[in-house]
Amino acid sequence: MQIDEKRIRAYGDTFNDGMIQLSFSLPVEHGPKGDEAARILAGKMGLEELEVAFSRDLGQGFSYYIVYGRCPAYVDLTQIQVSQVEVDAMDYYEINRFIEERIGRPLVVVGACTGTDAHTVGLDAIMNMKGYAGEYGLERYPQFHAYNLGSQVPNPDLIGRAVEVEADVILVSQVVTQKNVHLENLTNLVELLEAEGLRERFLLIVGGPRISHEMALELGFDAGFGPGTLPPEVATYIAQEIYRGQRRDSGKSGE
Amino acid sequence: MEKKLNLDQEKIERARRAAASVAEGVMEEIKPRTTVAVERTILRLLGVDGIDEAEIPLPNVLVEKLHAVQALPCGVAHWMGRTILATGKNPQEIAREVAEGNLDLLDQPLYSNEEIRGALEPYVREGLEWIREQRRRRAKFLETLGTGPRPLLYVIVATGDIYEDVIQAKSAAEQGADIVAVIRSTAQSLLDYVPYGATREGFGGTFATQENFRIMRQGLDEIGEEIGRYIYLVNYCSGLAMPEIAAMGALERLDMMLNDAMYGILFRDINMQRTFIDQHFSRMINGYAGIIINTGEDNYLTTADPYEAAHTVLASQFINEQLGLRSGLANEQLGLGHAFELDPDKEDGWLLEVAQAQMAREIFPEAPLKYMPPTKYMTGDIFKTHLVDGMFNLAGVLTGQEIQLLGMLTEAIHTPHIHDRTMAIDNARYIMNNARHLGEEIFFKPEGRIQKRAQQVLDEALEMLGKISELGLPRAINEGWFGGISRAPKGGKGLEGVVEKEENYFNPFMEEMSGEREGSPHAD
Repeated sequence: MQIDEKRIRAYGDTFNDGMIQLSFSLPVEHGPKGDEAARILAGKMGLEELEVAFSRDLGQGFSYYIVYGRCPAYVDLTQIQVSQVEVDAMDYYEINRFIEERIGRPLVVVGACTGTDAHTVGLDAIMNMKGYAGEYGLERYPQFHAYNLGSQVPNPDLIGRAVEVEADVILVSQVVTQKNVHLENLTNLVELLEAEGLRERFLLIVGGPRISHEMALELGFDAGFGPGTLPPEVATYIAQEIYRGQRRDSGKSGE
Repeated sequence: MEKKLNLDQEKIERARRAAASVAEGVMEEIKPRTTVAVERTILRLLGVDGIDEAEIPLPNVLVEKLHAVQALPCGVAHWMGRTILATGKNPQEIAREVAEGNLDLLDQPLYSNEEIRGALEPYVREGLEWIREQRRRRAKFLETLGTGPRPLLYVIVATGDIYEDVIQAKSAAEQGADIVAVIRSTAQSLLDYVPYGATREGFGGTFATQENFRIMRQGLDEIGEEIGRYIYLVNYCSGLAMPEIAAMGALERLDMMLNDAMYGILFRDINMQRTFIDQHFSRMINGYAGIIINTGEDNYLTTADPYEAAHTVLASQFINEQLGLRSGLANEQLGLGHAFELDPDKEDGWLLEVAQAQMAREIFPEAPLKYMPPTKYMTGDIFKTHLVDGMFNLAGVLTGQEIQLLGMLTEAIHTPHIHDRTMAIDNARYIMNNARHLGEEIFFKPEGRIQKRAQQVLDEALEMLGKISELGLPRAINEGWFGGISRAPKGGKGLEGVVEKEENYFNPFMEEMSGEREGSPHAD
């Protein structure tokens, strides 16, 4: 079964069938006219051979639709370039042992949702004791001293706190973003750090649902973690990076 | 297993005795007859395979030639044995030459019955030894790899292309499926032959061919080794070529085969005499090969009202059990079917489903019950269907079902998309794991809704079986007692393929499998 990487289509139950499943509501009375409207709307999305598999009344002049259709569009996989943080995640115990044995002291992490962002769900998933999806957050790790500063933290305050607690890592979370305000905010943080000559002192990490590693690098961060990241991935990355940095520095001083 | 329904054991025994007498009546119809399909199966087990220039399978070519001149009453084995003695050739060479017109099975010298049996014996032994070898392999796999927890999760693939089926089957196994069934191409059951070779196009399914069986078996063995779990393979042992497919399944190590006493008669309009005869030999082969049959009682509920007709399911389970035992199947091979088909909008409907499923569990304690998902009232509202499937899964784990055919959220829309299967498996794994031992924790209130419903269904099934044992199964079917469908004893397809046996007729495989001959090596 040869897959044509230049023409990747959606897969329903056969290669290249392009089958897509949609569900949505319309502010339209339920009935044949609504079904037809749903069909036409899906057609305007470029789908073909449409079938309104199910529709129902939602009351108050609304109706709900489940529609299937073929999507003729395809994607050229060979033209897509994505960079990711490459971490072979260790587990909770391995990470603590790694830090204890290789670095010899607990690592200090300061995390915050910066700027106007009030959504701490991502930050909490990584930092809180409870963690996320069964994985403990950094606060639970004996080898991490984690400071969760919460939401809407101005960049200067974040930097001030990082200096105060002698942080190894600054962790920034950006969840909700309007008009790309998060980009400005992240750039501003990097500029402030550089202006004060502090950029090299911290491992600088950003995470969030619309963050990619590639974008983080462009903005001047050391790493970016996208949606679905679990605490051990971040913890492993931090431990390994700091260990690598130490070796590099001690190598230098030895010369 | 603790009994929770307070069912009257004496009524269960009476129902079983009534079903036994129904089954005896059917056996009387079977014994004096054979069919073209049974005779083709004998040839396949003797090693005859392949097709002629017109792409007609060689077993069909030979059997049709004999049937055309009424030479089948003494059985194809008789003619083949004589030809082996006269030519010194093996069955496959003989079949090839007959198909090419260079040899005539009928134009051979006479030999004694002893000589004929002697000539066939090495081929009979070889065929049976291979089936036993496959049985040993399965046992070894089950021992080394093991299987998932019960209920086993059963999913379906049906792309029409056997190679793509393998990809989807492997994907499903990786996601957590334990059993993979390959749906057959529409109406294959009406073909009076088995298509040949690997096939890449079908209609709503993939043709059941021996090569396709082999390809899928290999794929499932590969993924099974990889994920450390034996994956069961299922196909359909039904229709006009039923026993041939049983033989192919035995040779290629299928683990389960759909094989219902009445499905073909009712839903495919295949002649009932033809079905009963073909089925008896099919089940003997299944039994010998260690294959679990899946019966199809769920189907009655798709045409009849699931609430009103619940007792017909139980009655049919009793009949399938008694017929199966008489064909040499062990209780552990009787995957008796039933279904979760009540209208989901019915108040307390889930309680009634639990009553029915628990009742089947208690009445057939050793049978690996096959539980079928909701289909009849599914509308295309995929989210609701997914939820109803969850309730079905909860009923399955609660009542100790063994084979859970997973409902698909896109039921009533299309054959499952690849992710539909994954969502179905996730649904089942979550619920069954989360409620794994619920059944051990729960008793039902004496004379409560659940107990009363089970007792009522048993009473109705007992009454029905009593009447059927008076009428005989053919008349009961004729009067539309199952699925509300009526079929006449002389009606339906395939009657022309039924043959009255002569006195010296013999089927060497049936003799060996039933242990009729002394010293026959039994399966382990």
